Amino acid sequence: MTPVATQTLTVHQKAVRSSVAMKVLMAVTGIFLILFLLMHAWGNLKAFFGPEAYDHYAEWLKSDILYPLIPKGWFIWIFRVFMVACIVLHMLSAYLLTVRSWGARGRYQRKDRRSQTFAARTMRWGGIILLMLLLFHLGQFTVKLFLTGFTATSTPYQAVVLTFSQWYMVILYALFVGTVCFHLRHGIWSALTTLGANTSPAARRGLNYTAIFVAALLFAGFMAMPVAVLFGGIK
Amino acid sequence: MKITLNIWRQANAKAEGHLERYQLDGVSEDMSFLETLDMLNEQLTTEDKEPVAFDQDCREGICGMCGVVINGAPHGRYSSSVPTTTCQLHMRSFADGAEITVEPWRAGGFPLIKDLVVDRSAFDRIIQAGGFISVNTGSAPEAHSVPAPKLESDRAFDNAACIGCGACVAACPNGSAMLFTAAKITHLAMLPQGQPERYSRVKSMIAQHDAEGFGGCTNIGECASVCPKEIPLESIAQLNRDLMKSLFRREGK
Repeated sequence: MTPVATQTLTVHQKAVRSSVAMKVLMAVTGIFLILFLLMHAWGNLKAFFGPEAYDHYAEWLKSDILYPLIPKGWFIWIFRVFMVACIVLHMLSAYLLTVRSWGARGRYQRKDRRSQTFAARTMRWGGIILLMLLLFHLGQFTVKLFLTGFTATSTPYQAVVLTFSQWYMVILYALFVGTVCFHLRHGIWSALTTLGANTSPAARRGLNYTAIFVAALLFAGFMAMPVAVLFGGIK
Repeated sequence: MKITLNIWRQANAKAEGHLERYQLDGVSEDMSFLETLDMLNEQLTTEDKEPVAFDQDCREGICGMCGVVINGAPHGRYSSSVPTTTCQLHMRSFADGAEITVEPWRAGGFPLIKDLVVDRSAFDRIIQAGGFISVNTGSAPEAHSVPAPKLESDRAFDNAACIGCGACVAACPNGSAMLFTAAKITHLAMLPQGQPERYSRVKSMIAQHDAEGFGGCTNIGECASVCPKEIPLESIAQLNRDLMKSLFRREGK
């Protein structure tokens, strides 16, 4: 019944390693990632202010933030390490909880599940698809490994405009952002309720509406720029 | 009424199981689901066949012994218009000529014993780990000497309604017993008598929950929608709050 290796742990140590504690870790790292996405979507809208504004913003991200408190160019690396740590911890807790769940769930000949949303049902595989699309996205615009219509010396503004002038790139991007938003539809509600915010039926409704609203807001925020590029609003 | 039952038959934990088809005629719509199974068993006995094993006791929806998955939902929740246990589900909830699938609770934490009977003693061990208050016995204390605020005592009562039937685990896509554990945690955490052991209780009950092989909660909500006692999903958030708080306390270190 109880694994032998954990027999020596105190109750406190077991609680720290429990499924609930792991969920809290997943929720906290997830919320940091959501905050990053909100910032990222907001920043992308700079493209509507023209090439100078956009390129200056992109440059500022990589140089001036927190200068002179820390040397120029340090912030972006601190931030990247933090983001990677969040993603790794998020995936690690997801992996451990998934293995636990797969061992615990029952298989029915016939099942009728009415409360789960599509978003809730696709968190795990959706998360894996999301990771692959994220790696492509970083390879495209950050590492510039996959040059989708632009060159390695293109400015950030040229890179997005040249990429999103191609309709299939906009569709791929919409797929990426859509997967993110579906993940967040359940993720935001789930993270907040894991952290204890689901205090009443009214709070539950509120959390679900918050999740839908933030997911929709992010989708609109991220898609505005590529769609504007495709239809000539941004040149 | 005439009905067709597809019932999970499995001789023991190690045997291969399968759905077996049975026809029943002359079922009254006033019969409970368990009485229908009784009727089937009488029929099987007279035919000199092995009767279907199922758990039951009070047959009035308060003991938590009965429970099978009917048409894919624990206690046949989606066949009934009200939350109920299997014993209080009546045949009028089904149409004449209906085909009904009956399966046992299926979860890693509930090993199958025979047919529709599963071993739910994991729940007893979760309770033993902390689902109680420690008091010296003696004459009952004066009730008014420990005031219990109205809102909190209402929540305590709502959660104390849990009969430990295991429908939440059976419904959960993660095989998690979090709603059950949360009901017990919330019940005792809302009352003054539950305060001294509040944070050691949540730590040891969660530790036992995990050790029993139940999955983690992903806040899907299937559990609360099949619960015959309508334990709210909010109880799980209460458990989460108490657990997080307990991690910063010395109890159980």
